[in-house]
Amino acid sequence: MNKVYGILGLLVAICLYTWMESDRFLTVGNIENVVHRVGLFGILSVGVAFVIITGGIDLSIGSVVCLVGTLLPFLLVQHGWSVPAAVTFVLGMSLAIGLIHGLLITRMRLQPFVVTLCGLLLYRGIARGITGDQSQGFGLAFKSLRKIATARLPIFGSSDSMFHLPATLLTMLIVAAIAAVVLNLTGFGRYLLALGRNEEAARFSGINTDRAKLLAYVICSGLAGVGGMLFVLDINAAQPSDFGNFYELYAIAAAVLGGCSLRGGEGSILGVVVGTAVIVALSNMINLVHPNYQNIEFAIIGAVILAGVIADELVRRAVARRRAAVTASARMEKAAQAAAQ
Amino acid sequence: MNQTPPLLEVRDICKGFPGVRALQGVSMTLGRGEVVALIGENGAGKSTLMKILAGVQPPDSGTILLDGQPVQMQSVRDAVNRGIALIHQELNLADNLDVGANIFLGREPRRFGMLLDHQRIARESRQYLQAVGLDVSPHTIVHSLTIGKQQLVEIAKALSVNARVLIMDEPTSSLSQQETRTLFRVVHDLRARGVSVIYISHRLGEVKELADRVVVLRDGRNAGELSREQICHDNMVRLMVGRDISQYWQRQPHTAGEPVLRVRNLRTPAHPEHALSFEIRAGEIVGIAGLVGAGRTELLQTLFGVTPAIAGEVEVAGRPVKLTRARDAIAAGMALVPEDRKQQGLILDNGVRFNIGLPSLNRYWRFGFVNHAAERDITKRMIDAMRVKTPSDRQVVRYLSGGNQQKVVLGKWLAMNPKLLLLDEPTRGIDVGAKEEIYRLMHELAGRGMAILFVSSEMEEVLSLSDRTLVMHEGRITGELSRDQLTEENVMQLATGQTLCETKHAAVSNTAASA
Repeated sequence: MNKVYGILGLLVAICLYTWMESDRFLTVGNIENVVHRVGLFGILSVGVAFVIITGGIDLSIGSVVCLVGTLLPFLLVQHGWSVPAAVTFVLGMSLAIGLIHGLLITRMRLQPFVVTLCGLLLYRGIARGITGDQSQGFGLAFKSLRKIATARLPIFGSSDSMFHLPATLLTMLIVAAIAAVVLNLTGFGRYLLALGRNEEAARFSGINTDRAKLLAYVICSGLAGVGGMLFVLDINAAQPSDFGNFYELYAIAAAVLGGCSLRGGEGSILGVVVGTAVIVALSNMINLVHPNYQNIEFAIIGAVILAGVIADELVRRAVARRRAAVTASARMEKAAQAAAQ
Repeated sequence: MNQTPPLLEVRDICKGFPGVRALQGVSMTLGRGEVVALIGENGAGKSTLMKILAGVQPPDSGTILLDGQPVQMQSVRDAVNRGIALIHQELNLADNLDVGANIFLGREPRRFGMLLDHQRIARESRQYLQAVGLDVSPHTIVHSLTIGKQQLVEIAKALSVNARVLIMDEPTSSLSQQETRTLFRVVHDLRARGVSVIYISHRLGEVKELADRVVVLRDGRNAGELSREQICHDNMVRLMVGRDISQYWQRQPHTAGEPVLRVRNLRTPAHPEHALSFEIRAGEIVGIAGLVGAGRTELLQTLFGVTPAIAGEVEVAGRPVKLTRARDAIAAGMALVPEDRKQQGLILDNGVRFNIGLPSLNRYWRFGFVNHAAERDITKRMIDAMRVKTPSDRQVVRYLSGGNQQKVVLGKWLAMNPKLLLLDEPTRGIDVGAKEEIYRLMHELAGRGMAILFVSSEMEEVLSLSDRTLVMHEGRITGELSRDQLTEENVMQLATGQTLCETKHAAVSNTAASA
């Protein structure tokens, strides 16, 4: 929990700085845009958190986003599929991708890094092949379907000058709430935390570790599919060669920043959501305050994440030292008491 | 001794761990070219003392004198530089590398400051291998050698750093008779060359044969010393035990009920060439004795389904079960307290409740949701029943003492009311008090009709706890001892693969203990 406060502090600092340096930060349009993007990226981050908690990794998220994001308009527009058919197909495909990752990792005992790295190459390649590397979009059609991603809900009244809640943020909050419940209150979530820390001990406790891990990959790819759909519905254009590029790295970075350890066994959904917000806010800050630094946006984000992780490690060590000191002094007190008697 | 100070002297060494005071003012000396045996029961502090001498851990207080000069051993490297080398109970070799690479690990001679000088490594390795009488090429990969030969490689490695003090921690625990003979010859040679040896062993026969002097530790203190002419079995046992051994003895054998476990022709993946058959009844405590590597842990893990059997039939409470996963075994009413508590028994960085609740979670969950109330309840019951000393049920298990950790492992299984409890080295690395509590608990559980099968490398434990003892040697059950046949000698005979001499009787070790 302390971790979440730390990262929340970082988020507040970034926002305050941007607000002071740019009068465009606290405009309705900008805030709506920022939370909208938090919604979109947050869905991916929550998904990858499940995999990271098992001690695994998923590098294929960006490519799944690309495959889903290009196939959805491709099927609807070019092949005339019905909306339910196309949506079911792309979501089913995402789940199947997760299932295949999970099976390869648990049955064949392949390493998650390798399996999902191959996935990263495969799915983007497939997307480019199927679409002939042509940009895919809905044009002016499918307005009502696109509302899923573009709608702004008038929670404070319908006046244009009031903040509207982007539907994507709402979707993400619902996903995150369900994820938090699953992780913290169900046996499955408990098993994920247990096997992420010590898979062998979990297995020795009679836990079906393979099934739990497999499910984590299914959840991750499934949410990547949902994310991909929302991204393309929002942007209305998906270029197969770069749609969703690096999104897995944003998601992983957000999860790590939010307190997931790549060693597995720890992580909170709230932290992951806040971690996502930090990355989006950081990017917004660069846009508004230092537009001429946009070339080095990656470098800035990388440096901030690294600093955050270092700070976290230093705090952890300080806590461990204090704890050791407390135990030692307690023991000495006890010895002194024993001597006095 | 004459005026020159002894080669090595330790004075008033104290060392504590959370919950255990491992050493409380221990002193000893070691002369040049002397072989001193350090003996004591498990937990007496022998290994701790040796780790301090070898720079693995610093002492809390006390002095170490080398050639009469006080020294501080900051690290293993530091100790090695001063000529003190420890040969661990568990060998410390990189077994994927060859013999030569291991001998020179970390001190490889180089050419042009970069490239390894393989020729020199091979040449000098041969010399050291010869000195320990090991006839293998320096290019042999270590894992292809027997444990005994690996042991000799360790000694060769120690010689290569010009060790003056060689500390051997239970060097023969996994050696064959012949390998043991070779090792003894090497120790005699070393002594003749002026190398001093501290020899830790449980095997009193070996001590009698090798030692110039015996230092006995008991419960972290000096219990006494025996000079060459005083060394005999009775004296050593008396100093080691220090109390009447029969306190464990005075208990009724449990009345065995219906068979709970019946194993027929079980073949474990570790030793598929041997078929194992035996039976355990309700209310019975059965010990499995044997040397390290005899296949005891593998047997338990196969029974528990974590390393599935290759062939054979297992019946639990009269019903045949197929054990391919731990889940199957648990469903059949089994529980395993594994040897490697920290890796297999517990999730160290999680709390007591998390650990205790883990296996029984699915018995109480509602629609997949954790039943926190039931979990808290079970945890509380187990903490009370087991007398786990913990500030709260959320305490991270890593910070508990070994004994309390073991109680948590027991608690997580007893919460499931198993019919058959498998225990692998149940008291390894825990202090005397917690040990007795675990013994008491085992008796109590057996009294309530639970069948208990336990593996132990501590002779004392096997002798005092088991109603019946199975002895294993290299994957095979070499014999079964009833209570009146149960003596240290008989166990060792079977454990080393020999057959029982019918003439030996329980009286031998009993009289030795009460002498």
